[in-house]
Amino acid sequence: MTTAMKPKAAPRTGVDWFLLLIKSVMFFFITTGIFLFILQQIDPGNPIASRLNDDATGLTADQFEGLVIAGISQGAMYGLIALGYSMVYGVLGFINFAHGEVFMVGAMTGMITSNKLAEAGAWESNFIPSLLFIVLLAIVVSTLTAIVMERVAYRPLRGSPRLIPLITSIGVSFFIQNVSVVLLGPGAKSYPDLPDWLSKKREIWFVSVEGTRLLVVCVAAISMVGLWYLVERTKTGKAMRAVAEDKEIASLMGINVNRIIVTTFAVGGAMAGVAGILWGIMFRSVIHTTGFLPGIKAFSAAVVGGIGNLNGAMGGGLSLGTAEAVAPLVILEPWGVSGVSQLRDAVAFSVLILVLLVKPTGLFGERLSSDDRA
Amino acid sequence: MTETIALLPARGILDQNWRKIVNYGLLIAFAEIFIALANMPVALDDFVLIEPILSLGYLFLLCLPLLLGFGIGREKVLEGIADHAKGAREVVAGGCVGLLGGGGLSLLVLLLDNFDLRDPLVNWSPQLLDLLAFDNGVGFGVVIWLAIGGGLGLLGGSMHLIPPIARRVVATMALAVLAAAVLEAILSDMSEDLYLEWLADWVYFIRGGVTLHGAVAVAAVAAAYALWGSRAVKGAKATFQALEGAERRQANKVGLLTVAVLTILLPLVLGKITNELLANVGLFLLLALGLNIVIGLAGILDLGYVAFFAVGGYTTAILTSPNRGDSWPDWLPQLWWVVALLVVVVLAGLTGLFIGAPVIRMRGDYLAIVTLGFGEIIRLLFLSDWLGGYTGGAQGITTVPGVQVFGLATVRGTDPRAVFYLVAFFCAIAIYISWRLEKSRIGRAWMAVREDESVAEAMGINTVNVKLLAFVVGAVLASFSGAIFAAKVGSVFPSSFIILVSIVILIVVIVGGMGNILGVIAGSAVLIGVLGGPRQPGLLQELSEFKLLIYGALLIWMMLKRPEGLIPNVRRTRELHQEEFLQDAWLKGEIDLDDEEGNGGEVAPA
Amino acid sequence: MSGERLLTIKQLSVTFGGLDALRDLDFHVDEGEIVSVIGPNGAGKTTCFNMISGMVTPTAGEIIFQDQPLTGLDPNQVTARGIARTFQNVRLFANMTILENVMVAQHCRTKQGLWGALFQTAAFKKEEEDIRAWGEHVLGFFGTRLIGYRLDQPASTLSYANRRRLEIARAMATKPTILLLDEPVAGMNPKESEELTGLIGKLRSEWGFTIVMIEHDMGVVRDVSDRVVVLDHGETIAQGSYEEVSNNPDVIEAYLGRPAEEAS
Repeated sequence: MTTAMKPKAAPRTGVDWFLLLIKSVMFFFITTGIFLFILQQIDPGNPIASRLNDDATGLTADQFEGLVIAGISQGAMYGLIALGYSMVYGVLGFINFAHGEVFMVGAMTGMITSNKLAEAGAWESNFIPSLLFIVLLAIVVSTLTAIVMERVAYRPLRGSPRLIPLITSIGVSFFIQNVSVVLLGPGAKSYPDLPDWLSKKREIWFVSVEGTRLLVVCVAAISMVGLWYLVERTKTGKAMRAVAEDKEIASLMGINVNRIIVTTFAVGGAMAGVAGILWGIMFRSVIHTTGFLPGIKAFSAAVVGGIGNLNGAMGGGLSLGTAEAVAPLVILEPWGVSGVSQLRDAVAFSVLILVLLVKPTGLFGERLSSDDRA
Repeated sequence: MTETIALLPARGILDQNWRKIVNYGLLIAFAEIFIALANMPVALDDFVLIEPILSLGYLFLLCLPLLLGFGIGREKVLEGIADHAKGAREVVAGGCVGLLGGGGLSLLVLLLDNFDLRDPLVNWSPQLLDLLAFDNGVGFGVVIWLAIGGGLGLLGGSMHLIPPIARRVVATMALAVLAAAVLEAILSDMSEDLYLEWLADWVYFIRGGVTLHGAVAVAAVAAAYALWGSRAVKGAKATFQALEGAERRQANKVGLLTVAVLTILLPLVLGKITNELLANVGLFLLLALGLNIVIGLAGILDLGYVAFFAVGGYTTAILTSPNRGDSWPDWLPQLWWVVALLVVVVLAGLTGLFIGAPVIRMRGDYLAIVTLGFGEIIRLLFLSDWLGGYTGGAQGITTVPGVQVFGLATVRGTDPRAVFYLVAFFCAIAIYISWRLEKSRIGRAWMAVREDESVAEAMGINTVNVKLLAFVVGAVLASFSGAIFAAKVGSVFPSSFIILVSIVILIVVIVGGMGNILGVIAGSAVLIGVLGGPRQPGLLQELSEFKLLIYGALLIWMMLKRPEGLIPNVRRTRELHQEEFLQDAWLKGEIDLDDEEGNGGEVAPA
Repeated sequence: MSGERLLTIKQLSVTFGGLDALRDLDFHVDEGEIVSVIGPNGAGKTTCFNMISGMVTPTAGEIIFQDQPLTGLDPNQVTARGIARTFQNVRLFANMTILENVMVAQHCRTKQGLWGALFQTAAFKKEEEDIRAWGEHVLGFFGTRLIGYRLDQPASTLSYANRRRLEIARAMATKPTILLLDEPVAGMNPKESEELTGLIGKLRSEWGFTIVMIEHDMGVVRDVSDRVVVLDHGETIAQGSYEEVSNNPDVIEAYLGRPAEEAS
């Protein structure tokens, strides 16, 4: 099986009927949920709402706007992390489970450095240079982590049966998380306070956004531009695309495949490092498990957008982030599900499962190397 | 057999692979610094191995230069190619490596003394400096570690100079003493009931650790075994494997009977705590046996395996506890555990189908993540307030009664011995199921699907159904474990069913030996027993802090060096080392090169 | 020698990303025939086999086997219906033993499952016996090469020629009606090819299989086929006996090209 799922012409076996049933049920659930939500917005006291969802209040425009913006900024971070997953999968054909930890390492580095800068008083007085400094440092550390990971754990396994590198990456993820615990302690650690001018809300066009969220989206956009330039306009980028397409032929063309693979890991690591700082700025707290869930969600985003497709990774990230923020309240709550915010993570996983059931090649189409394609 | 080719003369002392030495040395240095800063030496100092000279904390620091001092001299010997004799070169190499490694600690001592490393590295305790310096000054500390490192490295390197038999003896002695120290709790526990207390008191020190004379005695026995005993064991093994037909079946029966008797007698001679430990090992063994069918036999990497454990646990709790959630209708009866088990099996099977159907056609990597997702979704559902009326939410379900065995006895968590028997019973069932399925039409289909799925399909195997079957069987076994777990602990909380459990079970299966029942048993016993389960302590409670770190490192190590596991499945080893296996077979003449007649019925050529 | 129409392929087409691998392919196979499919490289022969065995779905056209449509079925369903195949680049279950390879091939002809295996019922034991017996019987077709001590050796230890034989034995073990052999003698030396050619005849005369064979070795094709179908660029360009086809100018052109002065 080389494709994610074999496309079927018409359902034939019991499993196919079952899957069709699930897809129909989910489709019904989602569309009806949205319909109920719209109904609720129009008339909060409507009869269906009072049966299903007693304390239906609906969302105000501001609340909705807030959710969407939160979703987009979250999604931007997922997208940055997803780039690493997507690139590595496109080139080597396996999921680097430990990429989430590369992200966590970046966030931790930022935490350590920003606290030191705050102690020295530089954080408050020279915020922008400090921020740039920690971003740079996080990029360096994350990139190094990714490179070492590749060299030590993945390169020796090039050519092993498919699942071996994946299992190894689970081990690496586990290991790095616990390195953080034994060196830095198990508690959550916080970033220093951000200057007021950054965190306050601003009016941009017709929306009001917190400064931090704006910063996240801008930095993510800049990174994407940088990545685009690297991949499309530089020689290294061309080599990366060639290796992603077909390793063997690329080496016949004189490309040092090993070096390009290392570069791929490095670039992915750098993006994750940036995401780590953004996360730290956004949520101001990191712990050794910070990388785990966002890592899985970022991988889901990469799949949703189309694995191997870099624009797809960011697109998938934004989609997933928004869905995660909006769906609990827009789809689940109208059905009467209480405490929907607890189910955010479940929503994220459900999006992945749904996309894989309905369009396994992702929303924007996957780009795999020739070994992995049909 | 290949003839032994004459050895080339030993190389000169200065003819070293300096790059390799530097690499190894730096590796040790980093590792030592890391171990020290992780606070392992201090935290583990309380666990004395040999009283009064060696504690576990020091062991971690000391074994690295020793092992890698030996390791640097090892070179891959290719069949049919001459190897150099070992000499002073290897000893010096070891010494250099050790020196560099020890230098790492020397550096650390200096750093600790002069800089405040506490921010951000909070974990190392203030006693670290004293421990490293052996309670003398900083200068002493710096020098002593260079000396220790170098000395141990030289010692390791000199292991190359003694014949392999002697090396084996030394290794066996060291392992035996280590095992005696680690297993102290169990052994002294057993000794009470076996009237061997005098022996335990002589070998072990009152407050823990093996006494010096005890260590010597254990080492002597181990040496005797290594020299003479192991040959006897190998001979017996060979005789056993040569048996065929009726004799073999007879021997198998005797073996099984012995194991059964031992399993029944063992808890009787062990104390409460050790029985608790064994029961724990058993619970995870049951989980591992189930995962072994899914990943070892059918080749499906299920990272959400804990979901079935959860379904088993929660179903049992809901059906047997009087305190299930308020939202359940009144007519839902409160069942006996045994009856509830039937429902559990059905529900687990259905869950297996429900989760399996969407994922079974996915690529291996996707399947892993999606099953992980399912595992989390299930846990989140059990945790949620929305379903809290049914599942107790974050508070879980308490007062789960014990297992009533036909009105004769009640198995509760307070009686670990009974729990162990219950667990052992179900483990036996799981082992039986794995064994029978492997040697059946289904087992062959699983093997074929693992080998080459498209071709398996072309040969008439419905790969979807066959993989789903593996999924369902694995789910049912996990649910057994969940049911016992609920009754044993007396309550279920969502926090018991986290992803960590799936990953730890995965590590146990892989480190023990994927696809091999004995391997899984060994893996469970060693890992869960010694290091501890995901949230349960093992024999070495002091290692609890570092347990997960060791698990992670172990998984990486095994995948790089020995992916087939400790006790490998022969077939799996072949799969994972295909090329090497083929080369060896070719060199040894076991592959038929010409198109000769097979001489049907004759014995294979040597 | 030939009986009723077993397999009909009508207007079969498949396109891979812009390339028409098969274009309105038409041919048929009657019971008891040995049909050879030949053609230059890239003509679509293996693609055709992939279609029949269900591993690739056609974009248009039909495949009808024993009056039932075959298009869209899963490979395992096709095998259960009675069509088995070998692969051009031998794809054995390398780490399974020789006997296991032919035992597992009988999966769709046997039915003992969970219950039988767990409770070791009499039916289960009997079926295992039968599977073993049939496996050894099938392996015995190739003389003493694949039996005896070899039964328990992993398939990866076999020589190349023996691997090709095992591949065929494995397909035979599925108890098919039609055997699709994809280049059965590729890579064998003349002696081995000659022996196998004789065996192919026996597959029909003693074992009753209908055979469709892709081959490049014209000697084998000439010696054993009832009928030859020539493919080029995804289409049938000629059908008939070996003599007819080998003198067909289109066929010659497909293999050798047109003489220089005709190409403008």
